[in-house]
Amino acid sequence: MIRKALWLSATSALLALLASGAHAQDRVVNVFNWSDYIDSSIIDDFTKETGIKVVYDTYDSNEILETKLLAGGSGYDVVVPTASPFLARQIQAGVYQKLDKSKLPNLSNMWGEVADRVAKFDPGNEYSVNYMWGTTGIGYNTKKVKEALGIDTIDSWDAVLKPENIAKLAGCGVYFLDSPTDIVPTALNYLGLKPDSTSPDDIAKATDLLLSIRPSIRKFHSSDYINALANGDICVAVGFSGDLFQARDRATEANKGVEIAYAIPKEGAEMWFDQMAIPADAPHVAEAHEFINYMMKPEVIAKSTNYVFYANGNKASQPLVSKEILDDPGVYPTDAVLAKLFTVGPYDPKTQRLVTRSWTKVITGQ
Amino acid sequence: MSNAVTAVSASPAANDGKSVPARLGEAFVGRLVIIIPYLWLLFFFLVPFIIVFKISLSQTAIAMPPYTPVLDFRDGISGFFAGFGELNFDNYAWLTQDALYVNAYVSSVIIAAISTLLTLLVGYPIAYGMARAPAAIRPTLLMLVILPFWTSFLIRVYAWIGILKPEGLLNQLLLSTGIISQPLIILNTYTAIFIGIVYSYLPFMVLPLYSALEKMDHSLIEAAKDLGCPPTSAFWKITFPLSLPGVIAGCLLVFIPAVGEFVIPDLLGGSQTLMIGKTLWNEFFANRDWPVSSAVAVILLLLLIVPIMLFQRAQARAQEQDR
Repeated sequence: MIRKALWLSATSALLALLASGAHAQDRVVNVFNWSDYIDSSIIDDFTKETGIKVVYDTYDSNEILETKLLAGGSGYDVVVPTASPFLARQIQAGVYQKLDKSKLPNLSNMWGEVADRVAKFDPGNEYSVNYMWGTTGIGYNTKKVKEALGIDTIDSWDAVLKPENIAKLAGCGVYFLDSPTDIVPTALNYLGLKPDSTSPDDIAKATDLLLSIRPSIRKFHSSDYINALANGDICVAVGFSGDLFQARDRATEANKGVEIAYAIPKEGAEMWFDQMAIPADAPHVAEAHEFINYMMKPEVIAKSTNYVFYANGNKASQPLVSKEILDDPGVYPTDAVLAKLFTVGPYDPKTQRLVTRSWTKVITGQ
Repeated sequence: MSNAVTAVSASPAANDGKSVPARLGEAFVGRLVIIIPYLWLLFFFLVPFIIVFKISLSQTAIAMPPYTPVLDFRDGISGFFAGFGELNFDNYAWLTQDALYVNAYVSSVIIAAISTLLTLLVGYPIAYGMARAPAAIRPTLLMLVILPFWTSFLIRVYAWIGILKPEGLLNQLLLSTGIISQPLIILNTYTAIFIGIVYSYLPFMVLPLYSALEKMDHSLIEAAKDLGCPPTSAFWKITFPLSLPGVIAGCLLVFIPAVGEFVIPDLLGGSQTLMIGKTLWNEFFANRDWPVSSAVAVILLLLLIVPIMLFQRAQARAQEQDR
């Protein structure tokens, strides 16, 4: 976390420096996006085409982004929060400005299916445009899972949410996301309850389920699992699809015989969306719109998808996405699986506190 | 005694022939030098503390910033004071209602205390060896203690993951030499946290110990030997009591940051590790409850002020002994 804090202070200092150093006639856009989330040639191409200089900063958690935005005066023009619960809550808090859709002609390229789902968090898609989306599923080391469970592929949450199954995996190591807003809905969905339930009884049931598998989980962490899985230190991680694809690629590059696969379990999984939005106090609003419009060009966003291995919300880009990615059901799920994916809205403060408190009980036993 | 010293030193100054304005000017410069650290404390400690304390008396809200009331002068002076009525101590009451916070404070203090003791056990022999080394190589030894600071703290803590993990360097070494047949699980346990803290804070323990031990007059030990005192009891009767100010300074320099430590338990510890730094992080980032997290921070500060005051008292006593 210190690393994040240091990055943050360093990048914001740099930003201030660059922003003040730029001449009045230079056009600048300050973009704040997730780390490892873009093919950097896209940024160069944008500057070449429009003459707008991009100051590109990264973060690796929604919480860090949210804290900066809530404090105000962040100086960023384009940010990429996750739709739920972050973007939805931030819209309520008055963090963003409405998009000027007349400046975003490329909106016609977007994918209705994704925009409709996002509308649950951003009614009428007034504040944001989809960048990438994915799922929260299971990444695993195929060889070690076969040794432990005797199965070739994981296709169900049974593998990690049934105490007797996960106990067999405990020896080779299981990590879970340290994120109650992802794991609690997943547990609720597995129990056949509503994933977005706010009933204390339902949350208690999910907590009990998680407590029953707790002894077999080695660590709860939201980023460590990429390296741990790729290095073969652990055999299963419940995490974000794109991170797990990164682990798969790193393992392939290292060529040490570690093979990683990703599964969207058949019971369904949480679907998340990272959305481009413009803060209310953004200093370069016109440039921000140009940047977002540029990112909606089919060839640009396809290039980004080919680099990061996430699905994007741009229908027109699909013919340009590499076949290997488009045909991977872990990235672009089939319609049947897509129907099973669920989303969860932001919790009210009382439920949020209950969920965080239950989560602390799960991970620390207190 | 100290009064006598000032009186003696003051009297020649009164007769050194300097004019009254010159002496007043010197006094002013003297005051100014003292004021600077006070200003520093005022702006970089007291003012931020008051802001945090004020937030701890507020309530959360879905807004920018995420709490209410926001005291500002947008509605003039009266608007500023109007918010005062909404401030209250509810968040502090909340901290006592859930055992989580007390447990987190207690567990942080215990982890910090054990780590401090371990650091002292490791650091004392190192400092002792350095202080007894030939004078010519002491600067080199000192340099070696400080050298790790050239590398980022974070990278050094990350390096321990590579050493301690099940397939890490330590286990590979122990397995290949046949000392163990199963890899030791150290990473993500309390042991790893202790290793991390002892390693990271060792210089903060060694340096004050070294400066205390180096000042010590070695002829005292020789005298004790001459009088037939065995080395162990000479150590406990002479060396250790004389190094006590160094021990106290070193222990506080390790203990205080270790209580609020976040990076080491996050990277090396397991999820079950309950420490106040993590609890604070959760309140601030996961619950977005700035008021409760501010209350946690204020209590943590109070918790740390007690050892600092004890340290100051010990230092004052040591200075008196020196005179």
